[in-house]
Amino acid sequence: MRDKALLSLVTILASLLAAATVQAQGGTGYPTDDEVNRIAKQLYCPVCPNTPLDVCETKACQDWRAQIRDQLAQGWSEEQIIGYFVDQYGERVLAEPRRGGFTSLVWILPVLAVALGVTVALQVVRGWRQRAKSPLTAEEPVAELPPETLARLEQELRELR
Amino acid sequence: MIGDIGLIALVLGFLLSVYAAAAAAYGGHTGRSALVESARNAVLGAFGMLTLAVLSLVYSLVTLDFSRAYVADVSSRAMSSFLRATALWGGQAGSILFWAWIMAGFVAIVSLRKWDRDRELMPWVIAVAMGTTTFYVGLSVFVSNPFAKLWLEQGANELTPAVFRPENAVPYVPEDGQGLNPLLRHFGMILHPPTTYVGFTGFVIPFAFAMAALITGKSSQDDWILTTRRWTLLAWVFLSIGLILGGRWAYDVLGWGGFWGWDPVENAMLMPWLTGTAFVHSVMIQEKRGMLKVWNMILIILTYALVIFGTFITRTGLVSSVHAFAKSALGPAFFLFIGVTFLASMGLLFRRLDTLRADHELQGLLSRETVFLLQNVLFLAITFAVFWGTVFPMISELFTGTRISVGPPYYQKVTGPLFAGLVLLMSMAPVFAWRRQSVQLLFRSLAPPFLFSLLAGGLWAYGHRQHPGSALALWLVSFAILAVIFEFWKGVQARMRALGESALVALSRLLARNRRRYGGYLVHLGVVMIGLAFAGDAFFKQETQGPLRQGESLNLAGYSLRYEGLRQYYGSDGREVLEATTSLYKDGRLIRQLMPRRDYFVVQQQPMTVPGVYSTLGEDVYVLLVGWEEIGLQSATFKMYINPLINWAWLGGALLVLGTVVAAWPSSGATASAGYALRATQRAAAMGQGD
Repeated sequence: MRDKALLSLVTILASLLAAATVQAQGGTGYPTDDEVNRIAKQLYCPVCPNTPLDVCETKACQDWRAQIRDQLAQGWSEEQIIGYFVDQYGERVLAEPRRGGFTSLVWILPVLAVALGVTVALQVVRGWRQRAKSPLTAEEPVAELPPETLARLEQELRELR
Repeated sequence: MIGDIGLIALVLGFLLSVYAAAAAAYGGHTGRSALVESARNAVLGAFGMLTLAVLSLVYSLVTLDFSRAYVADVSSRAMSSFLRATALWGGQAGSILFWAWIMAGFVAIVSLRKWDRDRELMPWVIAVAMGTTTFYVGLSVFVSNPFAKLWLEQGANELTPAVFRPENAVPYVPEDGQGLNPLLRHFGMILHPPTTYVGFTGFVIPFAFAMAALITGKSSQDDWILTTRRWTLLAWVFLSIGLILGGRWAYDVLGWGGFWGWDPVENAMLMPWLTGTAFVHSVMIQEKRGMLKVWNMILIILTYALVIFGTFITRTGLVSSVHAFAKSALGPAFFLFIGVTFLASMGLLFRRLDTLRADHELQGLLSRETVFLLQNVLFLAITFAVFWGTVFPMISELFTGTRISVGPPYYQKVTGPLFAGLVLLMSMAPVFAWRRQSVQLLFRSLAPPFLFSLLAGGLWAYGHRQHPGSALALWLVSFAILAVIFEFWKGVQARMRALGESALVALSRLLARNRRRYGGYLVHLGVVMIGLAFAGDAFFKQETQGPLRQGESLNLAGYSLRYEGLRQYYGSDGREVLEATTSLYKDGRLIRQLMPRRDYFVVQQQPMTVPGVYSTLGEDVYVLLVGWEEIGLQSATFKMYINPLINWAWLGGALLVLGTVVAAWPSSGATASAGYALRATQRAAAMGQGD
């Protein structure tokens, strides 16, 4: 009886110790699915086209998620894990393209396009304005009628016909 | 036998299309009306032949003529007759024929309806539209023939699909077909291709009219815009329906908890919708004020190019994607066609640039014209960002050799602010007057919705301090909604005061008398509701995942999901079903049982994740079965999403369709001609002023 109690105590102590080591390494114990998914969400499946890793159902992706879990358990940081996947499978695993090197073009060009578009639009408006200012084409300012009045007018016109 | 008739009809349809395009162009060029008339008859003949081809293909699909490669590919004994018929657009070869058939049908309708009214434009409309049709019919005949048969060549261990018997080959008839891709057996996906194709092909009609106007030099008049207004709206609304159905399908079938994933194929469809939406708005300036003519030409050319690009992407698998169900050698043909048509139409535009001068000028910087121009810029900027993100992986691979991914975070970050800007413009634009807007009036019209929305946004911000971005989104959405409601209220009030009508009568008459205006407002309201769903998705989506033993629960946002059990059975259509029973509790009270499933289609080796969904106006609880213990089925892993406000996307979609119908429904004869006469006088008056 006493032997059994002693054995249980030792077992419990040993597992607590083991748990403590994991705790020390991982910070939060065994990683949950949510922690794995948080990282997997930022990655694309390296084999299936355009599928985020957190929702991909293939066997390969399940293994990759398990790998993330192991790495988290070993205390890897988010950056380390993502860096590892980029090293292994190339930049295409990143869901969000990088902001450096050639890839930065994907971010810069839309901004330039907006700037260009606004500039062109301003030019167009200025062109309209300048022609309006020249005396030959200047129009009489027309009083804007409220839509209800216009509707009335239309209605009465129709009844006249 | 029936299939052979279809093949012959298809080839005849091709020859007639070629003849129609050529005869119309030559007749238009030389002014020989007999030739043009013959071209029109050829259009009708081509449509008849393509109809025959489509019918015979449907017949082969329903009666399971497995000697045909296409039938063996997409039809199967297990499928119902209805599903077999819809397999017409379930694969590449069939969908290209289907596309060509719709296109030819549209050209036939146009050439019958507009024959007398647009005599000068007609030859070129037929030439351009039938040219496009010819391209698709040609693909169907030469590259991806739906009537090709299966052959077993001597010594080969694979089947060869070919129209004619290859040397030393014997015909091969499989026992059963592959059947439609299981993922496509959903109402959204059954209706998605036809609506999308109607939308895509519908935009070819205004494009053809635009080109005809440029070719004949009649582009200084705005007739092409008035003639095609309804076609444009039809194309636009069908494209919108296609997008919404596609989103619904993704939500129900793809099992990633969302309705829009910025997949290349979704983008391919979104881009023509964006430029098409810009076009629908921008033509109003031309119609009312004779301005932005060049801009409108560019918009319709872009829309047309993006429509072809859209089919190119979906049908060639150039951009690898979950949607690219069919891959083939269509690439070069499409590439050439897009390049040639785009350059030709832009060249034509430059040649006729002088005919596209604005009739009027601007009096005030603050005016509806300016707002519309800004809105155009935003639409084009979003289109560019989407296009750039879609093609950038290829560009990167081409220049640096590294393939990269451009995922949802890019699109959300880049287009999010631009869409927000659009919603803001959308709330204010209807209040702006043409020509010049007095600041005072603007303030008076916008102050009530602005103040109320500020209040709503402020309250929201106070309640949800942890999501500051969401307050901005909510303010925008409520501003847009209130602005529309206020417009309605003003109109109803005016009628009630002036005509003594009751509120309901006033509202219905207001809608009936100003259908374009108030139908447009309804569309705006629908779009804002869809925007609400996107805002919910962006700011308040929550998810959790975890393994559960029987009786254990997963908790998220006040909901608790208890795992009751798992059972396995075989479905009638060749699927192995693994179905979990779970109970959803909110605050300790049982709401209902949810049954998320994992179906596995044995023949196609295709898994399908069917979510269990509890759906309310406020939020959806969306549960997926993502893992299970193979033996004993004692424990399983679930993923649970809270998808806020997602129902508003579908409701908004319905309102959008309703609004478009209100705006585009043909007027009864008398009202229409009265309206036409009024517009004519208005235009004459406006021109008189301009001189």
